[in-house]
Amino acid sequence: MTIDLGRGLVLRNPVMTASGTFGYGEEYADFVDLSRLGGIIVKGTTLHPREGNPYPRMAETPSGMLNCVGLQNKGVQYFIDTIYPRIKGFDTNVLLNLSGSTLEDYVKGAEMVDALDKIPAIELNVSCPNVKQGGMAFGVTCAGISQVVSEVRKVYHKHLMVKLSPNVTNIAEIALAAEASGADSVSLINTLMGMAIDAEKRKPKLSVITGGLSGACVKPVALRMVWQVAKAVKIPVVGLGGISNATDAVEFLLAGASAIEIGTANFINPAVSVKVAEGIKDYSERHGFERVADLTGVLEC
Amino acid sequence: MTKQITDFQLVAKQDFGKSVLLQLRSETPLPDIQPGQFAQVRVDGSPTTYLRRPISIHNVDFQQNEITLLVQKVGEGTRHLAASNVGDLVNMVLPLGNGFTLPEKGENALLVGGGIGIAPLYYFAKVLNDKGVKPTLLLGGKTETDLLRLADYQQLGATFVTTEDGSLGEKGIVTMHSVCQQRQFDKIYVCGPKRMMKAVAKLAAERGVWCEVSLENLMACGLGACLCCVEDTVDGNVCVCKEGPVFNTRRLKW
Repeated sequence: MTIDLGRGLVLRNPVMTASGTFGYGEEYADFVDLSRLGGIIVKGTTLHPREGNPYPRMAETPSGMLNCVGLQNKGVQYFIDTIYPRIKGFDTNVLLNLSGSTLEDYVKGAEMVDALDKIPAIELNVSCPNVKQGGMAFGVTCAGISQVVSEVRKVYHKHLMVKLSPNVTNIAEIALAAEASGADSVSLINTLMGMAIDAEKRKPKLSVITGGLSGACVKPVALRMVWQVAKAVKIPVVGLGGISNATDAVEFLLAGASAIEIGTANFINPAVSVKVAEGIKDYSERHGFERVADLTGVLEC
Repeated sequence: MTKQITDFQLVAKQDFGKSVLLQLRSETPLPDIQPGQFAQVRVDGSPTTYLRRPISIHNVDFQQNEITLLVQKVGEGTRHLAASNVGDLVNMVLPLGNGFTLPEKGENALLVGGGIGIAPLYYFAKVLNDKGVKPTLLLGGKTETDLLRLADYQQLGATFVTTEDGSLGEKGIVTMHSVCQQRQFDKIYVCGPKRMMKAVAKLAAERGVWCEVSLENLMACGLGACLCCVEDTVDGNVCVCKEGPVFNTRRLKW
């Protein structure tokens, strides 16, 4: 089941939990044996604390949901002082999702996280759609992503995963720019920008009007983008977007992902991540694949 | 307190029109459940319902491994859940959040419920009775038919009623009721529409009385992971699902 994503990031199996959907792992301790996951990616963290957007931050949509949390978090220093000591002993890879509003914030944050022994990788969030001067400004142009990835690369010595936005015209170009700037892997997709309206009240359902769409409804879009990116880049691709069961996960692997993340599905079944890991193993055995890694990109088309 | 994901079987159901009482039995022993905690209920077979529905726990029978939910039919999800048949399985994650702070022995407790907000107060009053405390209950609704299971509440303590149309009890809203205006309490607990909870909280604050309210912000995960259900407090934005749903009003910026 082992997946080697490079530069020291080795997963026990291809299943990780997506940032912002699994807290710091502790919230799911009653449901999930973390040692049965490839990794957990903890809540998006910025250099400075952020209060996030006002309530309401969530709207349910057909087979999905919109959120506009806006990167509420207590900052990198708080993470290091308070959260890291609690979770560094977890028997799984703990990745930090790092976001920022300025280049300096990303670099400073990455430097600080570089010093944490038990964090083998950063997932660089250049794709949050819910923050005004948020990461997405960097993530939607090749120039922007090249700049932030190459600057972070200079100070960050462990595995650098870059989380891509689907809110672009050509995601493969963006992925190539990340690769050329020193990314060790790319993960995709972050949420799709969307909107919901309460017709009776003639008001938006979210406090900041637009938000990020996630859940089962985004899966076909995510799958297509993973397939396009995997064909374009040589670095490993981590696929996410609407994965709700093992079959979904296998589809992403076949499309070219080396590992996957489970996001919104954790809300519907808090124990789903382990089930998906078991299901991938069953699939590999059933289809005669000796290693789960052999599933990557073997789509016949 | 260990949380669990469990399939319950619907063993009995009582339909009140706007709401329904669902009696659900588990094959395995129930975890410890505090009054005021809630369950995240999965709604199967409704194409427009993707997320679980947070529903307060109306009653618990630990001998029978049974949980009772009083569900108001608000939207597609709750309507679909209410249409479940006896024998159907209902999957729940529970217990979630923090319950009410129990009053000290000898303290006078007032439990104020509005509309479907009366639901968690039944289990709360029952637990208080088990501890030898008889609470006072003040239940409000728009009209008589909003006040469900009144006779059952009356078994658990002195129960007063208000309706906005005057069809039952005193006419008006709970804060206008004579029991609120004339009697002194050590602790006040409120669950109902936000406007009503704010009005009771204001009254309590004016009199310097300790007060807890149970919030029901829109939520997704119910576990404190997604940060969607936040309430603005003196400590910043906090998750209603994890740090609530019960809050002391001093913590809220009301």
